[in-house]
Amino acid sequence: MTDLATPPRATSRPNLSTARLKRRYRAETRFRIYGIAAIATALLMLAFLLGSIIHKGAGAFMQTEMSLSVPLKVAELDPEGTRDPVVLSKANYRKIVRTALRERFPEVSGRKNTRELAKIISSGSDLTLRNFVLENPERIGSDATLWFKTSADIDQLSKGNIPRDVPEADRRVSDKQIAWFDQLNSAGETRLSFNTTFFTSGDSREPEQAGVWGAVVGTALTLIVTLILSFPIGVMSAVYLEEFAPKNRWTDLIEVNINNLAAVPSIVFGLLGLAVFLNFFGLPRSAPLVGGLVLALMTLPTVIIAARAAMSSVPPSIREAALGVGASPLQTVTHHVLPLAMPGILTGTIIGMARALGETAPLLMIGMVAFIVDIPRGFTDAATVLPVQVFLWADAPERAFVERTSAAIMVLLAFLILMNLAAVLLRRKFERRW
Amino acid sequence: MNTLILIVVLLGLSTLAYQYGRRKALSAAAGSYHSLHSLPSYHGVYMALWCGFPALLIVLVWLMFQTSLIETLVLSDLAGATAALSEGQINLLLSDIRNLASGDITSKEPNPLTRAAADRYIELERLGFTLMIAATLVLTASGFILGQRAIAPTLRARPKVERIVSWLLLIASIVAIITTIGIVMSLLFESIRFFERVSVFEFIFGTTWSPQTALRADQVGASGAFGAVPVFAGTLLITLIAMVVAVPIGLMAAIYMAEYASPATRAVVKPLLEILAGIPTVVYGFFAALTIGPALRGWGEYIGLDVASESALAAGLVMGVMIIPFVSSLSDDVINAVPQSLRDGSYALGATQSETIRQVILPASLHGIVGAILLAVSRAIGETMIVVMAAGLSANLTANPLEAVTTVTVQIVTLLVGDQEFDSAKTLAAFALGLVLFLVTLTLNIIALHVVRKYREEYD
Repeated sequence: MTDLATPPRATSRPNLSTARLKRRYRAETRFRIYGIAAIATALLMLAFLLGSIIHKGAGAFMQTEMSLSVPLKVAELDPEGTRDPVVLSKANYRKIVRTALRERFPEVSGRKNTRELAKIISSGSDLTLRNFVLENPERIGSDATLWFKTSADIDQLSKGNIPRDVPEADRRVSDKQIAWFDQLNSAGETRLSFNTTFFTSGDSREPEQAGVWGAVVGTALTLIVTLILSFPIGVMSAVYLEEFAPKNRWTDLIEVNINNLAAVPSIVFGLLGLAVFLNFFGLPRSAPLVGGLVLALMTLPTVIIAARAAMSSVPPSIREAALGVGASPLQTVTHHVLPLAMPGILTGTIIGMARALGETAPLLMIGMVAFIVDIPRGFTDAATVLPVQVFLWADAPERAFVERTSAAIMVLLAFLILMNLAAVLLRRKFERRW
Repeated sequence: MNTLILIVVLLGLSTLAYQYGRRKALSAAAGSYHSLHSLPSYHGVYMALWCGFPALLIVLVWLMFQTSLIETLVLSDLAGATAALSEGQINLLLSDIRNLASGDITSKEPNPLTRAAADRYIELERLGFTLMIAATLVLTASGFILGQRAIAPTLRARPKVERIVSWLLLIASIVAIITTIGIVMSLLFESIRFFERVSVFEFIFGTTWSPQTALRADQVGASGAFGAVPVFAGTLLITLIAMVVAVPIGLMAAIYMAEYASPATRAVVKPLLEILAGIPTVVYGFFAALTIGPALRGWGEYIGLDVASESALAAGLVMGVMIIPFVSSLSDDVINAVPQSLRDGSYALGATQSETIRQVILPASLHGIVGAILLAVSRAIGETMIVVMAAGLSANLTANPLEAVTTVTVQIVTLLVGDQEFDSAKTLAAFALGLVLFLVTLTLNIIALHVVRKYREEYD
């Protein structure tokens, strides 16, 4: 008790220590700031990446259209008056559209000028008109006012992506075309409408007619093959390794092998596909079947690793109980372990499929980079997939394709987000902690 | 498409056989389960396996070999006409015949010879398909007869089925091994063919890379040059730039998240960082080629530097951003695995938090961080799309990040995409590069694994 009574002796600390302490605290703050800066940089890059893509691509969902009054003359469309679709579809719609366009701008004369004028309307306009006539044969003989897509360059001009103040030689639209467009614009004969073509048609050399649907179908076909192969094989192989395999060198080898396979660069799988599936087995080039096979081999390790992790988290007591009431080892696995591990397995599979969805390089090797207009109808048709479509469009020089590339990326990212969301929800809803 | 229908039919038949086997077992036991050795469903599966399994196997084998068999037959018919042709010309002829048979565009106007061959091709294809249907149906029927004869209450259906299933499980787990063997074999064989033309020494130490072989033999550079040093150097340069970006950012992000961040911040930031790993590489490529590349060029002009529009810097920077989550999530895991007692001990000695991290946590988790970095390097070396879209094609031997360089993966893609004759040194060079890529990434992974295992400090 006497200790308390004695006042503490004043010690004189050397100033050196306070200074050092200050320095150490400053170092502490600096270190913290480095950490925050690192995270902020990474997140800023993410925001910049996504922002630049949305900024570039948002315009592609809208398309500029111009209205044009087209005379549907009987003599040109259906001289015999049969209204037979075969006859109707053979008429020269290109000429009709061109004539209508020239009538809209009667002041334009000269070969060069009319040719330039024809370039403001999409080259697919004859198809628009043909479809209209085939659907409304009763309109033949009268005038029809239709909305036609403008050409991609005029579309870019109207969206403000082509600056008007640069010299004429440096931009893709001429002064005359700008004047014609402004004339239409001030007469209220243009509009911006939702670009359905982008979602319903296949690839095209003309940006305004190009769409992602062909690539989406190709992706779906490819991923179906991938899923059909990688899911059963992956789960079966995980079941073997986790539940039945004896612990020996052979199973060690398989395990090491699977882990290494997961880290092999994806392009090497493409080389495998080229050498084995195309050149040795003679499977067709550019086919979703081969793409699916290659991607299946690539996703297999992901599925196996996820399935093993899910199965090893099922407690042994479940197995022992099942074996105790007389189930065979295989029954134990199929009736108890697999159903309990299924949410985890499915989550892993979805994540593997999402990776396969974003994969481009191996598909380049097996020829899925071809320019394909038709929508693929089967597993052996030539097809392309969304990421490869992005790659193809990114190479195209037109400004309009930059916009479409970004839009295709947005579609791709939307699919990826959906898949990852499904995986997260599945995990949240069904995950069980033992 | 027809094959698909055949497979569906076979599956349908198997289902019917399953039902039949179940019913038959039940009726054989006169409705009482006790007299059956195995559950009725096992009898069903037993029947289904007898019916469907051999037939499906035959279909698979048939599909694998039909095309090459038909092509050999068609070519042997043409033996007289093709004797004088080189291997490449024969391949061209064959692809013409194939295209003619499927109604596609051919490279040359079809002549009577190719037309006849195409007709023969179609005929053989039809014959093959008919034979395949016949074979599978015969197999299904005989399987059915054999199987249903065995069905009786005493049939040990479950053990039999289970034995087959466990064999299937084993086979499934071998697929991964077969894949590896397939990769090694295909790379090795084509590489050996390449090294028959170009010496290994020239490939590894040569400093000129221009694989575009000339059309005529007397042109300049007719043989092409396959010295891969510039390609390797380009790959290393871009990887180095990527790591300079990814390692500090990834490591600091991991440290902050593991040591400083509150659980709430962590729950938000960690998934956001992982989005970076989930974005397809083609998107990064587009970003590098159309946003970062031109931006760097613009800045370079502004401060008076000459930046190539496909500079190594643009590709490397964007690749670095892509790699950040690999470094950060793996490092995060190892930092979290360091036991709390080490931190407490350090605090007790008066160390600040950052001193603890630098002097205790980092040394304790160094093995994992080095492993993570090695894995990230292997990832960067194998990355394809970013460099294909944003890096150059010409092989410059330079250490200047502002110039355009090319990488192993870019060369593989450019050599193999588009029209190719499968026999030229140019195409085979892609496989040799692929082999190098495979070996390097494999070695890096093995070293990474070894580092993680060997230098792990055991606590507790």
